[in-house]
Amino acid sequence: MFDKALFYFFASLAVVSAFLVVTRRNAVHSAIFLITALLATAGIFLQLHAEFLFIVQIILYVGGIMVLFVFVIMLVNLDVAAHQPQFNRQTWVASLTALIVSGQFVAAFYLSRKAGSGRALFGLPQAQATRLDPNTELIGLTLFKNYMLPFEIASILLLVAMIGAVVMAKRRV
Amino acid sequence: MNALIEFFRPHLLPLLYALVIVAVLPLIVGYIVLVERKVMADMQARLGPMRVGPHGLLQPIADAVKLLIKEDIIPENADKMLFWAAPLISVTAALLALAAMPIGPKFQIADLNIGLLFILGISSMGIFGIVLGGWASNSHYSLLGALRSAAQLVSYETAAGMALISGLLLAGTLSMHRIVEIQAGAGVWFMFLAPVGFFIYLVASIAETNRAPFDLPEAESELVAGYMTEYSGFRWSLYFLAEYVNMIVVGSIATTIFLGGWLRPFPNVNALNFLDAFPPLLMLVLAGYCFYRTPKQPVKVQKGFLAAVGLLCLALAGVLGVVLAPAAAAFKTPVHGTFWFLLKVFLYLYVFMWLRFTLPRYRFDQLMKLGWHFMLPVAIVNVMAIAVALVLHRPREAGGLDWGLGASLLVSNAGTLIVAAYLAAVGQRRASPVVGGA
Repeated sequence: MFDKALFYFFASLAVVSAFLVVTRRNAVHSAIFLITALLATAGIFLQLHAEFLFIVQIILYVGGIMVLFVFVIMLVNLDVAAHQPQFNRQTWVASLTALIVSGQFVAAFYLSRKAGSGRALFGLPQAQATRLDPNTELIGLTLFKNYMLPFEIASILLLVAMIGAVVMAKRRV
Repeated sequence: MNALIEFFRPHLLPLLYALVIVAVLPLIVGYIVLVERKVMADMQARLGPMRVGPHGLLQPIADAVKLLIKEDIIPENADKMLFWAAPLISVTAALLALAAMPIGPKFQIADLNIGLLFILGISSMGIFGIVLGGWASNSHYSLLGALRSAAQLVSYETAAGMALISGLLLAGTLSMHRIVEIQAGAGVWFMFLAPVGFFIYLVASIAETNRAPFDLPEAESELVAGYMTEYSGFRWSLYFLAEYVNMIVVGSIATTIFLGGWLRPFPNVNALNFLDAFPPLLMLVLAGYCFYRTPKQPVKVQKGFLAAVGLLCLALAGVLGVVLAPAAAAFKTPVHGTFWFLLKVFLYLYVFMWLRFTLPRYRFDQLMKLGWHFMLPVAIVNVMAIAVALVLHRPREAGGLDWGLGASLLVSNAGTLIVAAYLAAVGQRRASPVVGGA
């Protein structure tokens, strides 16, 4: 009961604030609602006993990326941005995309309903009611044992992006 | 009804701890401010606040009352909603971080298996309070202060995090409670195994709490009061509270990771068990001093108040002394643990004050250069060096310590220091001819 109420609270918070991110005119307000949406998602992670994902979501997205977002938004002249058109008139493309995505969602829900029959596409295991093993260690071990190569490739990608940013920002280092 | 009671039963004690922390913390913060003013006065050969109460002991109460009844001004063109919410974000983030702090072996609201990450993540959200408050004020000083603050926090958070990783590698767990237990097992505080990491965290935590010599966001001579320029009264005091709670948070992190948390100095050496008598004796000395000064107070009220403070110290001495008795052995570690933890945190904060009144303020480009060109590289080298030492002399159990591991940790710290010296030399050479650069 309590778990369900919490889930619906976080889920509706995430959806409502994601909607507000798009509709607010003031970019700073949009950023704040994006933070709320990210925090609500983190709350859902926590409810699934994925503590590490929860805190990484907060540290990386809320504490890192969003701070830089807000930082940049403050340097932009908001008065100019407020007078620009907020939406593109691309009704047909947008509704087609929305239709496809919602079709996918419906299919996913329908298939996961039949998860009990054992041949479902989204047969995700239920989170355990009690405390799981410390999943920081588990994620670390999996990353560095089973997925070493993808992990290293991702780090090289980030390194390249970082060096690229430095080179573009500063002509003479 | 019964089901409801059963549901709340495991949460009662944490709830009580949370209430105690939230209720007592503003008082503690007020007295930290008083201590800071007294220390500053002492270093500048003055007396400091002396008027309200004996030796100014009631000054924090008077200040709090003054702040509460002050007019609460909201600028005309401010973003009202954000202006109202920003201090709350700061204060909530700072208080929430204390939830996972092991103040004593029993005095901990929640022992999370992501403890340290939780504290770092939640306290990093306090930046939003500063940035949004500065932006919502619609003032140039506030905005510039907020931007400086955000840049400074982001750059020093990385160095601080890397410094904490050196402690984490030694402990092998993220749970704050386990980290202290592992230090008890190893018989040595991690400060002595990773001194470079501790030093980097000390410096980075000063920068993270926006204190001198890194108090650029509030540099009076340039920015009036930085992001809080437009704030007054109660909202201003919320920012102030958040700032000092953040100091307590970084002090508690340093105490837990590097200074052995609630452990007594030399917890495993039986020959030094007489150190257990230190807490009650300290309180007795304080009580004695209060009673000695009581007759010398000029006003009757002040005499009474100082005597009351003396009685409080006496009562604390009684509590700390009674638990030493064999009959109350079960309570000894929790009570004394809390004492030692708080003592270490306050000593850490004393170092903050000491540095504040000793060192002049950095320039902003110097601050950034120190963070990115020196602290972060040294912290990364430190982590790598300690990791190599741990791999070469893998301890049998987590936190186990032998001479081989100790020696290789010594070598790795020395190596880190050599790298630091090299970086400092390069920085010196590069910095000297440039005028008005960066």
